[in-house]
Amino acid sequence: MTTLFYLAGILAVVATLFAVTRRHAVHALLYLIVSLLAVAVDFFALGAPFVAALEVMIYAGAIMVLFVFVVMMLNLAEHAMEVERAWLKPQSWLGPALLALILLVELAYGTATSPSALSPTNSIGPKQVGVALFGSYWIGVELASLLLMAGLVGAFHLGRHAIAKEGEHHVTSTDATRTDTRSDLVHAGSGGTSHAA
Amino acid sequence: MMAKFLPLLVIAVVLFVVLNLAAGLIWVERRLLALWQDRYGPNRVGPFGLGQIVADSIKLFTKEDWIPPFADKPVFVLAPAIVVATALISFAVVPFAPGFVIADLNVGILFLLAMSSLGVYSVVLAGWSSNNKYSLLGGIRASAQMMSYEVFMGLALLGVVILAGSFRLTDIVEAQRGMWFVIPQFLGFILFLIAGVAETRRLPFDLAEAESELIAGFHSEYSGMKFGMFFVGEYIGVILISATIALLFFGGWLGPVLPPAFWFGAKTMFFICLFILFRAGLPRPRFDQLMSWGWKVLLPLALINLLVTGAVVLARR
Repeated sequence: MTTLFYLAGILAVVATLFAVTRRHAVHALLYLIVSLLAVAVDFFALGAPFVAALEVMIYAGAIMVLFVFVVMMLNLAEHAMEVERAWLKPQSWLGPALLALILLVELAYGTATSPSALSPTNSIGPKQVGVALFGSYWIGVELASLLLMAGLVGAFHLGRHAIAKEGEHHVTSTDATRTDTRSDLVHAGSGGTSHAA
Repeated sequence: MMAKFLPLLVIAVVLFVVLNLAAGLIWVERRLLALWQDRYGPNRVGPFGLGQIVADSIKLFTKEDWIPPFADKPVFVLAPAIVVATALISFAVVPFAPGFVIADLNVGILFLLAMSSLGVYSVVLAGWSSNNKYSLLGGIRASAQMMSYEVFMGLALLGVVILAGSFRLTDIVEAQRGMWFVIPQFLGFILFLIAGVAETRRLPFDLAEAESELIAGFHSEYSGMKFGMFFVGEYIGVILISATIALLFFGGWLGPVLPPAFWFGAKTMFFICLFILFRAGLPRPRFDQLMSWGWKVLLPLALINLLVTGAVVLARR
Protein backbone atom coordinates (compact mmCIF):
# COMPACT_ATOMS: atom_id res chain seq x y z
CA MET A 1 0.00 0.00 0.00
CA THR A 2 2.87 2.38 0.80
CA THR A 3 4.47 1.85 -2.62
CA LEU A 4 1.06 2.36 -4.21
CA PHE A 5 0.69 5.61 -2.31
CA TYR A 6 4.07 6.99 -3.38
CA LEU A 7 3.66 5.86 -6.99
CA ALA A 8 0.27 7.56 -7.24
CA GLY A 9 1.67 10.62 -5.47
CA ILE A 10 4.53 10.98 -7.97
CA LEU A 11 2.04 10.46 -10.81
CA ALA A 12 -0.20 13.19 -9.39
CA VAL A 13 2.65 15.68 -9.12
CA VAL A 14 3.96 14.97 -12.63
CA ALA A 15 0.47 15.10 -14.16
CA THR A 16 -0.24 18.40 -12.42
CA LEU A 17 3.02 19.86 -13.74
CA PHE A 18 1.98 18.84 -17.24
CA ALA A 19 -1.47 20.28 -16.66
CA VAL A 20 0.11 23.65 -15.86
CA THR A 21 2.66 23.66 -18.69
CA ARG A 22 0.60 22.26 -21.60
CA ARG A 23 -0.40 24.98 -24.03
CA HIS A 24 -3.33 23.08 -25.44
CA ALA A 25 -6.35 23.54 -23.16
CA VAL A 26 -7.83 20.06 -23.71
CA HIS A 27 -4.49 18.30 -23.24
CA ALA A 28 -3.94 20.25 -20.02
CA LEU A 29 -7.40 19.17 -18.82
CA LEU A 30 -6.60 15.54 -19.57
CA TYR A 31 -3.48 15.78 -17.41
CA LEU A 32 -5.55 17.39 -14.68
CA ILE A 33 -7.98 14.44 -14.84
CA VAL A 34 -5.05 12.02 -14.52
CA SER A 35 -3.85 14.02 -11.53
CA LEU A 36 -7.27 13.80 -9.85
CA LEU A 37 -7.43 10.04 -10.47
CA ALA A 38 -3.97 9.66 -8.93
CA VAL A 39 -5.12 11.61 -5.88
CA ALA A 40 -8.09 9.23 -5.64
CA VAL A 41 -5.69 6.28 -5.60
CA ASP A 42 -3.79 8.07 -2.83
CA PHE A 43 -6.98 8.37 -0.77
CA PHE A 44 -7.64 4.68 -1.34
CA ALA A 45 -4.13 3.76 -0.23
CA LEU A 46 -4.59 5.85 2.91
CA GLY A 47 -7.67 3.81 3.84
CA ALA A 48 -10.46 6.11 2.65
CA PRO A 49 -12.22 4.23 -0.17
CA PHE A 50 -15.37 6.34 0.16
CA VAL A 51 -13.52 9.60 -0.41
CA ALA A 52 -11.59 7.98 -3.26
CA ALA A 53 -14.83 6.98 -4.99
CA LEU A 54 -16.29 10.45 -4.49
CA GLU A 55 -13.12 12.05 -5.86
CA VAL A 56 -13.44 10.02 -9.07
CA MET A 57 -17.20 10.51 -9.37
CA ILE A 58 -17.45 14.20 -8.61
CA TYR A 59 -14.11 15.75 -9.52
CA ALA A 60 -12.86 13.54 -12.34
CA GLY A 61 -16.28 12.38 -13.56
CA ALA A 62 -18.52 15.42 -13.26
CA ILE A 63 -16.67 18.69 -12.73
CA MET A 64 -13.93 17.97 -15.25
CA VAL A 65 -16.53 16.90 -17.81
CA LEU A 66 -18.04 20.36 -17.42
CA PHE A 67 -14.60 21.91 -17.96
CA VAL A 68 -14.06 19.84 -21.09
CA PHE A 69 -17.58 20.75 -22.21
CA VAL A 70 -16.87 24.47 -21.90
CA VAL A 71 -13.51 24.19 -23.65
CA MET A 72 -15.20 22.28 -26.47
CA MET A 73 -17.91 24.92 -26.79
CA LEU A 74 -15.37 27.74 -26.92
CA ASN A 75 -13.25 25.74 -29.39
CA LEU A 76 -9.97 27.43 -28.48
CA ALA A 77 -7.78 27.31 -31.54
CA GLU A 78 -4.21 28.20 -32.51
CA HIS A 79 -4.68 31.76 -31.32
CA ALA A 80 -5.20 30.67 -27.71
CA MET A 81 -2.07 28.53 -27.89
CA GLU A 82 -0.08 31.55 -29.04
CA VAL A 83 -1.38 33.51 -26.07
CA GLU A 84 -0.42 30.65 -23.73
CA ARG A 85 3.05 30.57 -25.24
CA ALA A 86 3.49 34.26 -24.49
CA TRP A 87 2.30 33.76 -20.92
CA LEU A 88 4.61 30.86 -20.18
CA LYS A 89 7.90 32.78 -20.42
CA PRO A 90 10.54 31.86 -17.80
CA GLN A 91 10.51 35.34 -16.29
CA SER A 92 6.82 35.00 -15.47
CA TRP A 93 7.00 31.62 -13.76
CA LEU A 94 10.52 31.63 -12.28
CA GLY A 95 9.68 33.86 -9.31
CA PRO A 96 6.54 32.02 -8.15
CA ALA A 97 8.25 28.67 -8.72
CA LEU A 98 11.14 29.68 -6.46
CA LEU A 99 8.79 30.83 -3.70
CA ALA A 100 6.76 27.63 -4.03
CA LEU A 101 9.98 25.61 -3.82
CA ILE A 102 10.80 27.23 -0.47
CA LEU A 103 7.31 26.31 0.76
CA LEU A 104 7.79 22.75 -0.49
CA VAL A 105 11.08 22.40 1.36
CA GLU A 106 9.46 23.71 4.55
CA LEU A 107 6.56 21.29 4.10
CA ALA A 108 8.88 18.35 3.47
CA TYR A 109 10.95 19.28 6.53
CA GLY A 110 7.83 19.62 8.67
CA THR A 111 6.35 16.28 7.66
CA ALA A 112 9.69 14.49 7.88
CA THR A 113 10.36 15.64 11.45
CA SER A 114 6.85 15.32 12.90
CA PRO A 115 5.54 11.88 13.93
CA SER A 116 3.29 10.35 11.31
CA ALA A 117 -0.42 10.35 12.09
CA LEU A 118 -0.91 7.83 9.32
CA SER A 119 -2.45 4.47 10.16
CA PRO A 120 -3.11 2.75 6.85
CA THR A 121 -4.27 -0.41 8.57
CA ASN A 122 -7.76 0.76 9.50
CA SER A 123 -9.93 1.66 6.57
CA ILE A 124 -12.69 4.25 7.00
CA GLY A 125 -15.92 2.84 5.58
CA PRO A 126 -18.79 4.84 4.10
CA LYS A 127 -20.86 4.44 7.27
CA GLN A 128 -18.25 6.12 9.45
CA VAL A 129 -17.94 8.97 6.95
CA GLY A 130 -21.72 9.43 7.00
CA VAL A 131 -21.90 9.40 10.79
CA ALA A 132 -19.12 12.00 11.05
CA LEU A 133 -20.55 14.15 8.25
CA PHE A 134 -24.12 14.28 9.55
CA GLY A 135 -23.12 14.03 13.21
CA SER A 136 -20.36 16.36 14.29
CA TYR A 137 -19.96 18.25 11.01
CA TRP A 138 -23.60 18.77 10.07
CA ILE A 139 -23.31 22.57 10.28
CA GLY A 140 -20.61 22.44 7.60
CA VAL A 141 -22.85 20.29 5.41
CA GLU A 142 -25.74 22.72 5.84
CA LEU A 143 -23.56 25.73 5.05
CA ALA A 144 -22.18 24.04 1.95
CA SER A 145 -25.68 23.17 0.76
CA LEU A 146 -26.74 26.78 1.35
CA LEU A 147 -23.82 27.98 -0.76
CA LEU A 148 -24.65 25.51 -3.54
CA MET A 149 -28.28 26.58 -3.46
CA ALA A 150 -27.26 30.22 -3.79
CA GLY A 151 -25.02 29.29 -6.71
CA LEU A 152 -27.85 27.37 -8.36
CA VAL A 153 -30.29 30.26 -7.98
CA GLY A 154 -27.67 32.69 -9.28
CA ALA A 155 -26.92 30.53 -12.31
CA PHE A 156 -30.63 30.15 -13.02
CA HIS A 157 -31.15 33.91 -12.79
CA LEU A 158 -28.22 34.69 -15.09
CA GLY A 159 -29.29 32.04 -17.60
CA ARG A 160 -32.89 33.27 -17.67
CA HIS A 161 -31.79 36.87 -18.03
CA ALA A 162 -29.53 36.03 -20.95
CA ILE A 163 -32.23 34.05 -22.72
CA ALA A 164 -34.80 36.83 -22.31
CA LYS A 165 -32.31 39.42 -23.61
CA GLU A 166 -31.31 37.22 -26.50
CA GLY A 167 -34.90 36.62 -27.51
CA GLU A 168 -35.56 40.36 -27.54
CA HIS A 169 -32.42 41.02 -29.50
CA HIS A 170 -33.23 38.23 -31.90
CA VAL A 171 -36.66 39.64 -32.66
CA THR A 172 -35.34 43.14 -33.32
CA SER A 173 -32.54 41.90 -35.55
CA THR A 174 -34.87 39.78 -37.69
CA ASP A 175 -37.22 42.72 -37.90
CA ALA A 176 -34.35 44.87 -39.06
CA THR A 177 -33.35 42.40 -41.74
CA ARG A 178 -36.95 42.07 -42.81
CA THR A 179 -37.29 45.81 -43.30
CA ASP A 180 -33.94 45.76 -45.08
CA THR A 181 -35.07 43.17 -47.57
CA ARG A 182 -38.28 45.06 -48.05
CA SER A 183 -36.43 48.28 -48.81
CA ASP A 184 -34.28 46.26 -51.17
CA LEU A 185 -37.36 44.98 -52.93
CA VAL A 186 -38.79 48.44 -53.18
CA HIS A 187 -35.50 49.70 -54.48
CA ALA A 188 -35.30 46.96 -57.09
CA GLY A 189 -38.89 47.58 -58.06
CA SER A 190 -38.34 51.27 -58.49
CA GLY A 191 -35.36 50.48 -60.71
CA GLY A 192 -37.74 49.60 -63.50
CA THR A 193 -37.80 45.77 -63.81
CA SER A 194 -40.92 44.88 -61.80
CA HIS A 195 -40.24 41.25 -60.89
CA ALA A 196 -41.90 41.78 -57.55
CA ALA A 197 -45.19 42.69 -59.16
CA MET B 1 -0.07 -20.78 -3.89
CA MET B 2 -3.68 -21.47 -4.84
CA ALA B 3 -4.93 -18.46 -2.90
CA LYS B 4 -2.52 -16.24 -4.80
CA PHE B 5 -3.61 -17.41 -8.22
CA LEU B 6 -7.32 -17.57 -7.56
CA PRO B 7 -7.94 -13.83 -8.13
CA LEU B 8 -5.97 -13.99 -11.39
CA LEU B 9 -8.08 -16.96 -12.47
CA VAL B 10 -11.25 -15.06 -11.62
CA ILE B 11 -10.03 -12.06 -13.62
CA ALA B 12 -9.22 -14.28 -16.60
CA VAL B 13 -12.62 -15.97 -16.50
CA VAL B 14 -14.49 -12.65 -16.15
CA LEU B 15 -12.56 -11.07 -19.04
CA PHE B 16 -13.10 -14.14 -21.22
CA VAL B 17 -16.83 -14.31 -20.53
CA VAL B 18 -17.50 -10.58 -20.84
CA LEU B 19 -15.48 -10.01 -24.01
CA ASN B 20 -16.94 -13.05 -25.75
CA LEU B 21 -20.44 -12.15 -24.67
CA ALA B 22 -19.92 -8.60 -25.95
CA ALA B 23 -18.86 -9.93 -29.34
CA GLY B 24 -21.66 -12.48 -29.35
CA LEU B 25 -24.22 -9.80 -28.55
CA ILE B 26 -23.66 -8.24 -31.97
CA TRP B 27 -25.15 -11.42 -33.45
CA VAL B 28 -27.82 -11.70 -30.75
CA GLU B 29 -28.94 -8.13 -31.32
CA ARG B 30 -29.17 -8.52 -35.09
CA ARG B 31 -31.10 -11.78 -34.83
CA LEU B 32 -33.49 -10.45 -32.19
CA LEU B 33 -34.08 -7.19 -34.04
CA ALA B 34 -34.80 -9.24 -37.15
CA LEU B 35 -37.21 -11.46 -35.21
CA TRP B 36 -39.15 -8.47 -33.94
CA GLN B 37 -39.19 -6.91 -37.40
CA ASP B 38 -40.39 -10.08 -39.18
CA ARG B 39 -37.21 -10.92 -41.04
CA TYR B 40 -34.38 -13.42 -40.65
CA GLY B 41 -31.27 -11.41 -39.87
CA PRO B 42 -27.80 -12.89 -40.38
CA ASN B 43 -28.40 -16.65 -40.81
CA ARG B 44 -25.98 -17.62 -43.58
CA VAL B 45 -22.56 -18.05 -41.95
CA GLY B 46 -22.31 -21.26 -39.91
CA PRO B 47 -25.07 -22.72 -37.72
CA PHE B 48 -27.79 -20.11 -37.00
CA GLY B 49 -25.50 -17.54 -38.58
CA LEU B 50 -23.19 -17.72 -35.56
CA GLY B 51 -20.16 -17.50 -37.85
CA GLN B 52 -21.23 -13.92 -38.48
CA ILE B 53 -19.45 -12.95 -35.25
CA VAL B 54 -16.15 -14.28 -36.58
CA ALA B 55 -16.73 -12.72 -39.97
CA ASP B 56 -17.52 -9.36 -38.39
CA SER B 57 -14.46 -9.39 -36.18
CA ILE B 58 -12.17 -10.37 -39.09
CA LYS B 59 -13.67 -7.52 -41.07
CA LEU B 60 -13.12 -5.01 -38.27
CA PHE B 61 -9.55 -6.13 -37.62
CA THR B 62 -8.47 -6.02 -41.27
CA LYS B 63 -10.11 -2.74 -42.22
CA GLU B 64 -7.86 0.23 -42.89
CA ASP B 65 -7.26 2.03 -39.61
CA TRP B 66 -7.30 5.64 -40.70
CA ILE B 67 -6.66 8.69 -38.55
CA PRO B 68 -7.80 11.88 -40.27
CA PRO B 69 -4.95 14.39 -40.70
CA PHE B 70 -7.01 17.16 -39.11
CA ALA B 71 -7.68 15.15 -35.96
CA ASP B 72 -5.91 15.58 -32.62
CA LYS B 73 -3.97 12.30 -32.83
CA PRO B 74 -3.18 11.35 -29.21
CA VAL B 75 -6.69 12.15 -27.99
CA PHE B 76 -8.24 10.50 -31.04
CA VAL B 77 -6.42 7.24 -30.24
CA LEU B 78 -7.07 7.50 -26.50
CA ALA B 79 -10.84 8.00 -26.74
CA PRO B 80 -11.96 4.50 -27.87
CA ALA B 81 -9.67 2.89 -25.29
CA ILE B 82 -11.38 4.76 -22.43
CA VAL B 83 -14.85 3.36 -23.11
CA VAL B 84 -13.66 -0.26 -23.12
CA ALA B 85 -11.28 0.20 -20.18
CA THR B 86 -13.79 1.86 -17.85
CA ALA B 87 -16.52 -0.66 -18.70
CA LEU B 88 -14.19 -3.63 -18.14
CA ILE B 89 -12.78 -2.21 -14.89
CA SER B 90 -16.34 -1.89 -13.58
CA PHE B 91 -16.69 -5.69 -13.69
CA ALA B 92 -14.08 -5.85 -10.93
CA VAL B 93 -16.80 -5.26 -8.32
CA VAL B 94 -19.57 -7.36 -9.94
CA PRO B 95 -20.18 -10.60 -8.02
CA PHE B 96 -21.10 -13.40 -10.45
CA ALA B 97 -21.74 -15.93 -7.69
CA PRO B 98 -21.02 -16.04 -3.95
CA GLY B 99 -17.26 -15.62 -3.61
CA PHE B 100 -16.73 -15.24 -7.36
CA VAL B 101 -15.81 -11.57 -7.44
CA ILE B 102 -12.52 -9.85 -8.19
CA ALA B 103 -12.67 -7.04 -5.61
CA ASP B 104 -15.51 -7.02 -3.09
CA LEU B 105 -15.13 -3.31 -2.27
CA ASN B 106 -17.20 -1.78 0.51
CA VAL B 107 -17.97 1.08 -1.89
CA GLY B 108 -18.95 -1.23 -4.77
CA ILE B 109 -21.88 0.78 -6.10
CA LEU B 110 -19.91 4.02 -5.92
CA PHE B 111 -17.12 2.34 -7.87
CA LEU B 112 -19.60 1.38 -10.59
CA LEU B 113 -20.96 4.94 -10.74
CA ALA B 114 -17.45 6.41 -10.77
CA MET B 115 -16.39 4.23 -13.68
CA SER B 116 -19.53 5.00 -15.65
CA SER B 117 -18.97 8.72 -15.09
CA LEU B 118 -15.42 8.36 -16.43
CA GLY B 119 -16.80 6.56 -19.48
CA VAL B 120 -18.30 9.87 -20.65
CA TYR B 121 -14.82 11.06 -21.58
CA SER B 122 -14.49 8.58 -24.41
CA VAL B 123 -17.48 10.01 -26.26
CA VAL B 124 -16.69 13.62 -25.44
CA LEU B 125 -13.04 13.35 -26.41
CA ALA B 126 -13.82 11.32 -29.54
CA GLY B 127 -16.26 14.00 -30.64
CA TRP B 128 -13.85 16.81 -29.95
CA SER B 129 -10.65 15.25 -31.31
CA SER B 130 -12.26 14.28 -34.63
CA ASN B 131 -12.35 18.00 -35.44
CA ASN B 132 -15.57 17.62 -37.39
CA LYS B 133 -18.68 19.61 -36.64
CA TYR B 134 -21.03 16.61 -36.55
CA SER B 135 -18.67 14.76 -34.23
CA LEU B 136 -18.39 17.81 -32.01
CA LEU B 137 -22.17 18.14 -31.85
CA GLY B 138 -22.37 14.46 -30.91
CA GLY B 139 -19.75 14.94 -28.21
CA ILE B 140 -21.52 17.98 -26.78
CA ARG B 141 -24.83 16.14 -26.74
CA ALA B 142 -23.26 13.13 -25.10
CA SER B 143 -21.66 15.15 -22.33
CA ALA B 144 -24.85 17.07 -21.57
CA GLN B 145 -26.96 13.90 -21.67
CA MET B 146 -24.70 11.78 -19.54
CA MET B 147 -24.12 14.51 -16.97
CA SER B 148 -27.86 14.94 -16.51
CA TYR B 149 -28.74 11.26 -16.40
CA GLU B 150 -25.87 10.33 -14.12
CA VAL B 151 -27.28 12.52 -11.35
CA PHE B 152 -30.51 10.62 -10.90
CA MET B 153 -28.90 7.32 -11.80
CA GLY B 154 -26.99 7.60 -8.54
CA LEU B 155 -30.03 8.90 -6.66
CA ALA B 156 -32.21 6.03 -7.94
CA LEU B 157 -29.75 3.52 -6.48
CA LEU B 158 -29.71 5.09 -3.05
CA GLY B 159 -33.09 3.57 -2.17
CA VAL B 160 -31.54 0.13 -2.58
CA VAL B 161 -28.54 1.22 -0.52
CA ILE B 162 -30.85 2.39 2.28
CA LEU B 163 -32.73 -0.92 2.30
CA ALA B 164 -29.59 -3.05 2.22
CA GLY B 165 -27.59 -0.77 4.52
CA SER B 166 -24.43 -1.21 2.47
CA PHE B 167 -22.68 -0.12 -0.73
CA ARG B 168 -21.13 -3.57 -1.07
CA LEU B 169 -22.73 -5.52 -3.90
CA THR B 170 -22.56 -8.93 -2.20
CA ASP B 171 -24.30 -7.49 0.89
CA ILE B 172 -27.01 -6.02 -1.32
CA VAL B 173 -27.65 -9.38 -3.00
CA GLU B 174 -27.71 -11.18 0.36
CA ALA B 175 -30.20 -8.60 1.69
CA GLN B 176 -32.64 -9.69 -1.04
CA ARG B 177 -33.08 -13.25 0.29
CA GLY B 178 -36.58 -12.48 1.52
CA MET B 179 -37.76 -10.23 -1.28
CA TRP B 180 -36.21 -8.81 -4.42
CA PHE B 181 -35.68 -5.07 -4.16
CA VAL B 182 -37.69 -4.51 -7.34
CA ILE B 183 -40.87 -4.74 -5.24
CA PRO B 184 -40.18 -2.08 -2.58
CA GLN B 185 -38.05 -0.06 -5.00
CA PHE B 186 -40.13 -0.30 -8.17
CA LEU B 187 -39.81 3.42 -8.91
CA GLY B 188 -36.09 3.21 -8.30
CA PHE B 189 -35.87 0.29 -10.72
CA ILE B 190 -37.71 2.16 -13.49
CA LEU B 191 -35.57 5.25 -12.97
CA PHE B 192 -32.37 3.22 -12.98
CA LEU B 193 -33.44 1.39 -16.12
CA ILE B 194 -34.05 4.68 -17.96
CA ALA B 195 -30.80 6.14 -16.67
CA GLY B 196 -28.98 2.94 -17.62
CA VAL B 197 -30.21 3.10 -21.21
CA ALA B 198 -29.17 6.77 -21.35
CA GLU B 199 -25.80 5.94 -19.83
CA THR B 200 -25.03 3.31 -22.46
CA ARG B 201 -26.23 5.72 -25.18
CA ARG B 202 -28.52 3.10 -26.68
CA LEU B 203 -31.72 3.87 -28.52
CA PRO B 204 -33.94 5.71 -27.64
CA PHE B 205 -31.17 7.77 -26.03
CA ASP B 206 -28.58 7.53 -28.79
CA LEU B 207 -28.71 11.23 -29.64
CA ALA B 208 -24.93 11.42 -29.56
CA GLU B 209 -24.71 9.30 -32.69
CA ALA B 210 -28.18 9.85 -34.21
CA GLU B 211 -27.33 8.61 -37.69
CA SER B 212 -30.14 10.48 -39.41
CA GLU B 213 -29.02 13.92 -38.25
CA LEU B 214 -25.41 13.65 -37.10
CA ILE B 215 -24.17 10.86 -39.43
CA ALA B 216 -23.00 8.70 -36.49
CA GLY B 217 -21.98 11.72 -34.40
CA PHE B 218 -18.94 11.20 -32.23
CA HIS B 219 -17.56 8.23 -34.18
CA SER B 220 -18.05 9.54 -37.73
CA GLU B 221 -14.29 9.71 -38.29
CA TYR B 222 -13.44 6.36 -36.74
CA SER B 223 -12.73 3.25 -38.76
CA GLY B 224 -11.37 -0.25 -38.31
CA MET B 225 -10.80 -1.53 -34.80
CA LYS B 226 -11.06 1.94 -33.23
CA PHE B 227 -14.69 1.98 -34.35
CA GLY B 228 -14.86 -1.64 -33.19
CA MET B 229 -13.78 -0.54 -29.72
CA PHE B 230 -16.71 1.88 -29.49
CA PHE B 231 -18.96 -0.89 -30.74
CA VAL B 232 -17.72 -3.48 -28.26
CA GLY B 233 -17.55 -0.89 -25.49
CA GLU B 234 -21.24 -0.16 -25.99
CA TYR B 235 -22.10 -3.84 -25.63
CA ILE B 236 -19.90 -4.21 -22.56
CA GLY B 237 -21.80 -1.23 -21.14
CA VAL B 238 -25.10 -2.96 -21.89
CA ILE B 239 -23.90 -6.14 -20.15
CA LEU B 240 -22.72 -4.09 -17.19
CA ILE B 241 -25.97 -2.17 -16.75
CA SER B 242 -28.01 -5.38 -17.15
CA ALA B 243 -25.82 -7.14 -14.60
CA THR B 244 -26.20 -4.18 -12.23
CA ILE B 245 -29.98 -4.23 -12.57
CA ALA B 246 -30.00 -7.98 -11.90
CA LEU B 247 -27.79 -7.52 -8.85
CA LEU B 248 -29.51 -4.54 -7.29
CA PHE B 249 -33.16 -5.19 -8.02
CA PHE B 250 -33.58 -8.86 -8.96
CA GLY B 251 -31.55 -10.70 -6.37
CA GLY B 252 -28.38 -11.32 -8.40
CA TRP B 253 -27.40 -14.96 -8.13
CA LEU B 254 -30.26 -15.89 -5.78
CA GLY B 255 -32.62 -18.52 -7.14
CA PRO B 256 -33.80 -22.07 -6.50
CA VAL B 257 -32.18 -25.41 -7.47
CA LEU B 258 -29.88 -24.33 -10.32
CA PRO B 259 -26.35 -23.01 -9.62
CA PRO B 260 -26.10 -19.31 -8.66
CA ALA B 261 -24.03 -18.31 -11.71
CA PHE B 262 -26.82 -19.62 -13.94
CA TRP B 263 -29.43 -17.41 -12.27
CA PHE B 264 -27.20 -14.39 -12.48
CA GLY B 265 -26.49 -15.06 -16.15
CA ALA B 266 -30.16 -15.67 -16.97
CA LYS B 267 -31.31 -12.46 -15.28
CA THR B 268 -28.56 -10.46 -16.97
CA MET B 269 -29.45 -11.95 -20.35
CA PHE B 270 -33.10 -11.04 -19.84
CA PHE B 271 -32.23 -7.38 -19.37
CA ILE B 272 -29.85 -7.42 -22.33
CA CYS B 273 -32.77 -8.63 -24.47
CA LEU B 274 -34.92 -5.87 -22.96
CA PHE B 275 -32.29 -3.33 -24.07
CA ILE B 276 -32.52 -4.73 -27.60
CA LEU B 277 -36.32 -4.63 -27.48
CA PHE B 278 -36.11 -0.93 -26.53
CA ARG B 279 -34.04 -0.38 -29.65
CA ALA B 280 -36.54 -2.26 -31.77
CA GLY B 281 -39.62 -0.61 -30.34
CA LEU B 282 -38.96 2.99 -29.31
CA PRO B 283 -38.40 6.15 -31.36
CA ARG B 284 -35.72 8.68 -30.55
CA PRO B 285 -36.85 11.82 -28.64
CA ARG B 286 -35.74 15.34 -29.48
CA PHE B 287 -32.72 16.53 -27.53
CA ASP B 288 -34.51 19.26 -25.57
CA GLN B 289 -37.25 16.76 -24.66
CA LEU B 290 -34.57 14.41 -23.37
CA MET B 291 -32.97 17.08 -21.22
CA SER B 292 -36.18 18.52 -19.80
CA TRP B 293 -37.42 14.99 -19.08
CA GLY B 294 -34.26 14.20 -17.18
CA TRP B 295 -34.18 17.32 -15.05
CA LYS B 296 -37.85 18.14 -14.60
CA VAL B 297 -39.46 14.69 -14.27
CA LEU B 298 -36.93 11.99 -13.47
CA LEU B 299 -34.73 13.90 -11.04
CA PRO B 300 -37.63 15.01 -8.78
CA LEU B 301 -39.04 11.47 -8.91
CA ALA B 302 -35.69 10.06 -7.82
CA LEU B 303 -35.53 12.56 -4.95
CA ILE B 304 -39.08 11.70 -3.85
CA ASN B 305 -38.25 8.00 -4.02
CA LEU B 306 -35.21 8.58 -1.85
CA LEU B 307 -37.16 10.67 0.67
CA VAL B 308 -40.03 8.19 0.98
CA THR B 309 -37.70 5.19 1.27
CA GLY B 310 -35.70 6.92 3.97
CA ALA B 311 -38.84 7.92 5.86
CA VAL B 312 -40.35 4.41 5.69
CA VAL B 313 -37.15 2.73 6.82
CA LEU B 314 -36.83 5.20 9.69
CA ALA B 315 -40.49 4.77 10.72
CA ARG B 316 -40.29 0.97 10.73
CA ARG B 317 -37.15 0.89 12.83
